[in-house]
Amino acid sequence: MSVTFYVPQDAAALSVGADAVAEAIRIEAGKRGIAARIIRNGSRGMLWLEPLVEVATQEGRMAFGPVEVDDVPALFDAGMAEGRGGLGPTEDLAFLKAQTRFTFARCGVIAPLSLDDYAAMDGWKGLARAITLSPAEIVDEVTRSGLRGRGGAGFPTGIKWKTVLEAKGPRKYIVANADEGDSGTFADRMLMEGDPFHLIEGMAIAGLAVGATHGYLYTRSEYPHAIAVMAAAIGLARDAGFLGPSVMGSGRAFDMEIRTGAGAYVCGEETALLESIEGRRGQVRAKPPLPAHEGLFGCPTVINNILSLTAVPFILDKGAAAYADVGFGRSRGTMPIQLAGNLRHGGLFEVGFGISLGALVNDIGGGTMTGRPVKAVQVGGPLGAYFPPALFDTPFDYEAFTKAGGLIGHGGVVVFDDSVDMVKQARFAMDFCAIESCGKCTPCRIGSTRGVETIDKIAAGQNVAANIQLVEDLCETMKFGSLCALGGFTPYPVLSALHHFPDDFAARHKAQAAE
Amino acid sequence: MSLVEENDYGTPAVKSAASVTLSIDGETVTVPAGTSIMRAAAEMGTKVPKLCATDSVKAFGSCRMCLVEIEGRPGTPASCTTPVADGMQVRTQTDRLKRLRRGVMELYISDHPLDCLTCGANGDCELQDMAGAVGLREVRYGYEGENHTHMEKDRSNPYFDYDPSKCIVCSRCVRACEETQGTFALTIEGRGFDSRVSPGAHEDFMSSECVSCGACVQACPTATLIEKSIVEIGQPEHSVVTTCAYCGVGCSFKAEMRGDELVRMVPYKDGKANRGHSCVKGRFAWGYASHKDRILKPMVRARITDPWQEVSWDEAFAHVAKEFRRIQGQYGKDAVGGITSSRCTNEETYLVQKMIRAGFGNNNVDTCARVCHSPTGYGLKTAFGTSAGTQDFDSVEETDVVIVIGANPTDGHPVFASRLKKRLRQGARLIVIDPRRIDLVKSPHVEADYHLPLRPGTNVAVVTALAHVVVTEGLVNEQFVRDFCDWSEFEDWAAFVADPRHAPEAVETLTGVPAAALRGAARLFATGGNGAIYYGLGVTEHSQGTTTVMAIANLALATGNLGRPGVGVNPLRGQNNVQGSCDMGSFPHEFPGYRHVSDDATREIFEKLWGVSLSNEPGLRIPNMFDAALDGSFKGLYVQGEDIVQSDPDTKHVTAGLSAMECVVVHDLFLNETANYAHVFLPGSTFLEKDGTFTNAERRINRVRKVMAPKNGLADWEVTQRLAQAMGMAMTYGHPSEIMDEIAATTPSFAGVSYAKLDEAGSVQWPCNEKAPDGTPVMHIGGFARGKGKFVITEYVPTDEKTGPRFPLLLTTGRILSQYNVGAQTRRTANTVWHPEDLLEMHPHDAENRGLKEGDWARLQSRAGETTLRVKVTDRVAPGVVYTTFHHPLTQANVITTDYSDWATNCPEYKVTAVQVAPSNGPSDWQEHYREHTEQSRRIAAREANVPDQAAE
Repeated sequence: MSVTFYVPQDAAALSVGADAVAEAIRIEAGKRGIAARIIRNGSRGMLWLEPLVEVATQEGRMAFGPVEVDDVPALFDAGMAEGRGGLGPTEDLAFLKAQTRFTFARCGVIAPLSLDDYAAMDGWKGLARAITLSPAEIVDEVTRSGLRGRGGAGFPTGIKWKTVLEAKGPRKYIVANADEGDSGTFADRMLMEGDPFHLIEGMAIAGLAVGATHGYLYTRSEYPHAIAVMAAAIGLARDAGFLGPSVMGSGRAFDMEIRTGAGAYVCGEETALLESIEGRRGQVRAKPPLPAHEGLFGCPTVINNILSLTAVPFILDKGAAAYADVGFGRSRGTMPIQLAGNLRHGGLFEVGFGISLGALVNDIGGGTMTGRPVKAVQVGGPLGAYFPPALFDTPFDYEAFTKAGGLIGHGGVVVFDDSVDMVKQARFAMDFCAIESCGKCTPCRIGSTRGVETIDKIAAGQNVAANIQLVEDLCETMKFGSLCALGGFTPYPVLSALHHFPDDFAARHKAQAAE
Repeated sequence: MSLVEENDYGTPAVKSAASVTLSIDGETVTVPAGTSIMRAAAEMGTKVPKLCATDSVKAFGSCRMCLVEIEGRPGTPASCTTPVADGMQVRTQTDRLKRLRRGVMELYISDHPLDCLTCGANGDCELQDMAGAVGLREVRYGYEGENHTHMEKDRSNPYFDYDPSKCIVCSRCVRACEETQGTFALTIEGRGFDSRVSPGAHEDFMSSECVSCGACVQACPTATLIEKSIVEIGQPEHSVVTTCAYCGVGCSFKAEMRGDELVRMVPYKDGKANRGHSCVKGRFAWGYASHKDRILKPMVRARITDPWQEVSWDEAFAHVAKEFRRIQGQYGKDAVGGITSSRCTNEETYLVQKMIRAGFGNNNVDTCARVCHSPTGYGLKTAFGTSAGTQDFDSVEETDVVIVIGANPTDGHPVFASRLKKRLRQGARLIVIDPRRIDLVKSPHVEADYHLPLRPGTNVAVVTALAHVVVTEGLVNEQFVRDFCDWSEFEDWAAFVADPRHAPEAVETLTGVPAAALRGAARLFATGGNGAIYYGLGVTEHSQGTTTVMAIANLALATGNLGRPGVGVNPLRGQNNVQGSCDMGSFPHEFPGYRHVSDDATREIFEKLWGVSLSNEPGLRIPNMFDAALDGSFKGLYVQGEDIVQSDPDTKHVTAGLSAMECVVVHDLFLNETANYAHVFLPGSTFLEKDGTFTNAERRINRVRKVMAPKNGLADWEVTQRLAQAMGMAMTYGHPSEIMDEIAATTPSFAGVSYAKLDEAGSVQWPCNEKAPDGTPVMHIGGFARGKGKFVITEYVPTDEKTGPRFPLLLTTGRILSQYNVGAQTRRTANTVWHPEDLLEMHPHDAENRGLKEGDWARLQSRAGETTLRVKVTDRVAPGVVYTTFHHPLTQANVITTDYSDWATNCPEYKVTAVQVAPSNGPSDWQEHYREHTEQSRRIAAREANVPDQAAE
């Protein structure tokens, strides 16, 4: 009897012992005379269940998790090899069932480096259609889908591509921004580790759309597993003719390479990222010129987030309407939301725009892991605003979040319970900015350090009212004066902490008054 | 008088045919498309606050002081990085903008030392100005937070200090180093709050790649990078625009003064040669002007072994007049002559040749151009009809392919080199033809497509082989040749170069240049767009110097690279006024304007004006003067501002000639090497002490303006005039402008030049006359000065200077950035820290063979003489080639060079000498002897006499 086991090799699964579990299953199966075929897949995104082992059965894949090495003999005793004794069919798990997976449809299902698996689940279909279209038709399809940049700015992807398509230059480039540095985010990594050909397909389509023949995947040195998988996938795709001088035999060229950043958060900012690829100091460029006009090496450049590029194959394959049908307001399609922090069910949750923040935290995420009440939710990474439960009815939508004084950013949601001190969180925001500032513009370079110092004074109860006013003024200077979003968005967490949680700051008032 | 203030428009001017109209603070302004809002505002007189923007470098957008509001656009964009758009409505001053700017300034000042009153930049600090402009009244953060005020100064550079505690991280210095100078020595070290300017990685300025051009100091808005002279003296109170007296680039500077003390030299943005840039010499190395070695009183002596006797000016002039007249009476009218100076002004040079032709009554006048660019004059006159370069320096901005042959611009013509490198970084291609791997071959963000490291002395073979490729591969610009040249002459030439013996493969062994590289270079030059050739003394100072100049001209003609911007044949002239001294009739066969002395019509002009009859026989060239002295027929010489003993080849022959003369008059700032053989010393004045004009390598006539009284009492032109008067000539100019008026009246190419014109236009390029009232930036547009461009057959004739068993190596000479010519000026400045002695560059292979290591003393010997100097082992030179500079008199590199010279012009063959090199224990006997002789020769009696007097008191 031969049994197929799926044990993820996603970094999140590896961090909780997936390799040892896979080995334990191999040994245990051997002992029992079971011919085990162990496939190292990507993650399904239910991180509280990792390592999530799946067993293929006639009825589909059965889920077991979280599996520890010591559990393995008992699981086999309980019928694991036949699919019994676990969580039931993976696809029926509520967390998965509630999702609309356009981008992550294959992630966790297939063997990441299997070209056959990829092709079997609609892989290369978007690219195949793209090569039958003119560049303008591809751009038009993307424009009509309503896809907006998933890196945070929400700029319409089709418009960006159109600009590059129409820009004149000796060469053009596609740059995939996988410098995923926001706290609580992991979607880019998960996708690169679990479905690497998908990103290659998205970049190739972008190349065909704008007339670029070379792409760069810029990612972080902290993502060694993703880098290894992507490097292998690029080689396989090239050998199979999906990359190279004639993409899928179209006669049109596209190839790509990986560049690894050295750990600066600001290199996720698109212009600093371009500087880094060019071998310079990772420092923000003033815009204009926009990268679409003068980007990498001075040439017109599409620079897109991983989630933007990987939304594209679906759009080309199923059509713009299929994508645009899902969504809310001007936010069309799905968003792979990353639920993290103090939450029972953390993980990747891809869903159409419009779900409320409260539903994400309480219904999907299951409330806090500590069981204490939720006090604040930071959405959009370290530069995102803190939302109090009072704002939980805010729909997940670019415009609604802007209206509520926040941003959805890259879709990271970090939950805090009532033990959090919002003064410390405000200080953390300034400190993060100080540590990560490239140093180019004055508001960010000096302002962030002064911000930390001033919040420290507030925490110490010194001239609290005056110093709160100074922080407010500083935040105005940083928001409107900074060159890029690092300094410009740092006021979001600071001011939202100050405005939504005045009591945390007022406590110092009282302490001061009592003196 | 007041300081000359130049507007800073914040961002560079944009060249664009399209214009854009917008409204700024309710006023309408029209500017070229692509202009920044900041510049548009500045052009209508509105100063938007700024710190990181300055119009010499591209907008950067880091200080965030220049934020503006634009109707219909979100946020507050920076006006420096935002281009104008039609119909845009901009507001530069609103409540929000006021708050933001004040907020930014509050941050700046929270990390800045509060020592304004004792700061060197007090009164000239943009941070101070902006704090005032935005109305900062309080720093609520206090001064106890994290800051940089403890950081130590870097005082390693002799001319400027770096104080990181005052750095506002605007990156203007870093950008100036990159964009203006092209050295890339500076960077920002650290990130975020720790960011700070750094020369290299953890280095001080002196140990870094910094070439001390001053661009960073110029760009710095605070006291972070500041001239030591400002720190020591204080801020200047008035300034005068003048012209640098170093190389042939002819940079314009503001001499910034406090009273009659020079505080600093600041490159002038409106200077059309330098466009606001400078090098270490012009910017900083002016201290020689007040050096203690300067001689301020005239001196005479009977014999050169006697000590000098100080005398009055009148005594000195009377003495010289008497001696010259005596010599002429005794040995004949032609027994005296003079040498004009390429460092003096046009007016002064004109006067010297006038004194000789009209007063001495012969044509025995020559100039140091004899030993540098005389082949240029001859060769280009033959090919095109004009003895000068064809372009202006601005032309390089439109060049697509550059050939640099026999020139080392980053050392010799640094400001032009920066302009060239800027164009190369924009994508122009580069071919370097030089025996040495000069810096241009590979330096930051510049790399030559081809470096042809030819064997010294084979220029003609290489350039003719380039032409061979152009002709045989069908790359000739036939339309150009048919339109502007004589077709049958071309055909003869084409047949000549097409001969297989000129093929790259045929000359490969001879020249050492791989044939494939030579072919590639020729194809690139012929097909790469606008092709420009820049050359220097590596072309002219050869036995076939003139032939190479003509071969270069042939190549430019055949490829159609003449008569428009971006192309041309461009000699990089060595000295500040070497072009001018040639223009002014310094050659024994030519009157001003390159008119032959045998031309009756020309002679008539001057005879009529000067009231004397003039000789129609060419006079003696410099080397002939020495020969004649040794023959006994030439006995008296007036040398203005030229150190022939150190700079002319075959020193022993020069000194023997001088020793044979009876009255050698040296007119100079210092007791130079030639003065060791002089009987009369007339103190000279510096460029700071007189009015006049210099003409640079692009034929540009620039004003030299007096900023202080002559320390010796007389400007050089006055000295010549008084001497001429003593000899009985009626010379009564009241001001150099009157001399220029005479030049204009007698010289067609200068007909339109006057001081009034120069003051109005800043500068003009000759020809400036009725046909070209505003001067001529680019020559030969639509036809050549001589009519048709002339192709000349350039047969390669190997030099007689050959290596052999006794002298197996080839010596070639050159110069270095920090030193200038014979070093009389730069050796008397702190520039010596970069180049304290001349070194012998030698390939590791040759050094190893001779047991020589880096720093060892080596004896350098040729058939002419020997000297010793220390060895620098480097693969910049090819095996078989050694190289040195001639900046230091104790090295006396020219003891080694020989009497071989250019067939047409006698320009010495400095660049090829067969030598041997061997280990040595130290200076040679000759050097020791020479040093003793120099010490003896420089004794001054009056000063010696004072010593016992003082002792008696």
